[in-house]
Amino acid sequence: MEFLVASAIGILTAAGTYMVMRLRTFPVILGMSLLTYAVNVFLFASGRLTVSAPPILTDAEVYTDPLPQALVLTAIVISFGMTAVVVMIALGSYLGADDDHVNDPVIDPDAPDGEAKP
Amino acid sequence: MTHWIILPVVLPAILAPFIVLAARYHVGIQRVFSIAGVIAQIVLAASLAWQTSDGTVLLYQLGDWAAPFGIVVVGDRLSTMMVLLTAILGLFVLLYSIGSGWDTRGRHFHALFQFQLMGIMGAFLTGDLFNLFVFFEVLLIASYGLMIHAGGNARLRAGVQYVLFNLMGSTLFLFALGAIYAETGTLNMADLAQRLSSVDPAETVGIRLAAVLLLMVFAVKAALLPLHFWLPSSYAEAPAPVAALFAIMTKVGAYAIIRVYTMIFAPGVAVTAGLHDVWLLPAALASLALGMIGVLAARSLDRLVAFSVIGSMGMVMVTISLFTPESIAAALYYIIHSTLAAASLFLITDLVAHGRGDLRLTAQPFFAGGRRTAGLFFVAAIAMAGLPPLSGFIGKLLILDAAFDQDSMRWIWAIVLSASLISVVGFARAGSTVFWKARSVDPEPDAETFPAPDALSYVAVGGLIALLVAHTVFAGPAYRYATATAEQLFNPTAYITTVLETPGKLSDAKAKDKEEDH
Repeated sequence: MEFLVASAIGILTAAGTYMVMRLRTFPVILGMSLLTYAVNVFLFASGRLTVSAPPILTDAEVYTDPLPQALVLTAIVISFGMTAVVVMIALGSYLGADDDHVNDPVIDPDAPDGEAKP
Repeated sequence: MTHWIILPVVLPAILAPFIVLAARYHVGIQRVFSIAGVIAQIVLAASLAWQTSDGTVLLYQLGDWAAPFGIVVVGDRLSTMMVLLTAILGLFVLLYSIGSGWDTRGRHFHALFQFQLMGIMGAFLTGDLFNLFVFFEVLLIASYGLMIHAGGNARLRAGVQYVLFNLMGSTLFLFALGAIYAETGTLNMADLAQRLSSVDPAETVGIRLAAVLLLMVFAVKAALLPLHFWLPSSYAEAPAPVAALFAIMTKVGAYAIIRVYTMIFAPGVAVTAGLHDVWLLPAALASLALGMIGVLAARSLDRLVAFSVIGSMGMVMVTISLFTPESIAAALYYIIHSTLAAASLFLITDLVAHGRGDLRLTAQPFFAGGRRTAGLFFVAAIAMAGLPPLSGFIGKLLILDAAFDQDSMRWIWAIVLSASLISVVGFARAGSTVFWKARSVDPEPDAETFPAPDALSYVAVGGLIALLVAHTVFAGPAYRYATATAEQLFNPTAYITTVLETPGKLSDAKAKDKEEDH
């Protein structure tokens, strides 16, 4: 199971990193979500992997650490909200400028109204 | 246990929803509540700073659960000083945004402003790394809204870059937190500081990785080379009052570095030797040089100010990276100066934009209110470039003095001094082009003229400049306070014992259990 989880985190991170370095907003946002999935699984694994044990201190000998689960919940909520925000801003930027490149356009500083060069 | 220390976080958290829900269509009421809230913040912050000024550490346990299991809010000299600085900056920025009418150019400015303050205050006061992450996200999500306030294509595009860069920073932060938790089993800063000494020196890979990842996250916030790329366009495109408020956001990164790398990964800790103490200084020197060269190369006034922020953050980080009590004290003095100077420069930039309509560094006809604006720019530029007689000069002197007996002294002195020279040239060029050459250009007969900015705008900028002057005049007390703060940072025993040994709910029962076990 360790191998499965570790390779899942690794593949998600690699794919996410690749996507984040693309030129257009949509793949970058997809890459960001892949990275947040990776980090959520990583946080979950930081309390060690335990199967079929209660996440609470009981009289039982085996229990799993409850804190990473709380951390992951917080992280999921935050990353969900953040992804929604970035999608909205990116959509606004795309619809406004009709261009979804992440980079700034090359601006001619000597042009009177600062228009983009073709 | 005092409840006061949580109030700087709770107060804006209550005010902001109230402004959204009850005062949605009444900008007048929004303004009144926003200003009243910030003034209350200043009073609170001043009383907290006064309480901690004798070296006491204030602690608040949420739900009365003891650390390290409960969430704690901790106030020491450093936190309360930063909270006070934020509150004062917030007041002047708010006055400017009301005077210039920026708050009416889009919806929900005041609510977002309060949420932003909540995030910043929380980040300064939290005693727990995970809550530092949460408050980073609170201040970021509010800043995303403020950054694209009033809209426009250029601003939205810069907003996308800003949001994406910071989202990546947050993801890295979570990776670092996961690694720290996996290695030590705690995220409370005081507890971490204690447990790090018991980490097996042979198996430090995870903790070293986490230390570097955390430093990268904070360096993104502090806009340290090579992680500064988000800053110039976001700060230049953001509405001016927002950019002025963002002047404190880079300092949040600097604060986090000071806190984490003096207490948890302290200079003497063996497991993280050879990491940040080796390459933080070169990165800081490079960003100082790059920032000031950017000042010289900028073709518009807003970019120029944004690059000067990178440069002054470089200066702060150079000083921090020496990790001696003298250098941290100098850095704290310079942080206050740099926040006030950067904020006033951003506001002055907006005064220029208000009169001319654009910010390109070309000679254009003189505009209404230009004389006062020119005077303010002159003073603020002197402060930012670090010329006598203002606090930038004193701060730089302290920094050079702190670096005097270091091995890296030659590099620091050479780069700090030449970067200052470059920034003086850059600011002088910009000021003479925008304000002086304007005299020689005749206005076109059909050119539209703009009315002079509102008096309240000048009050706000003048207030910030007056604070800079006060920071210069009272440099002695300010530096003594900074020295005391640095001493407290390098002797964290009081902090750690206050956080870990204050009993909370069920602590008595636990202590009893322990006694019975023995």
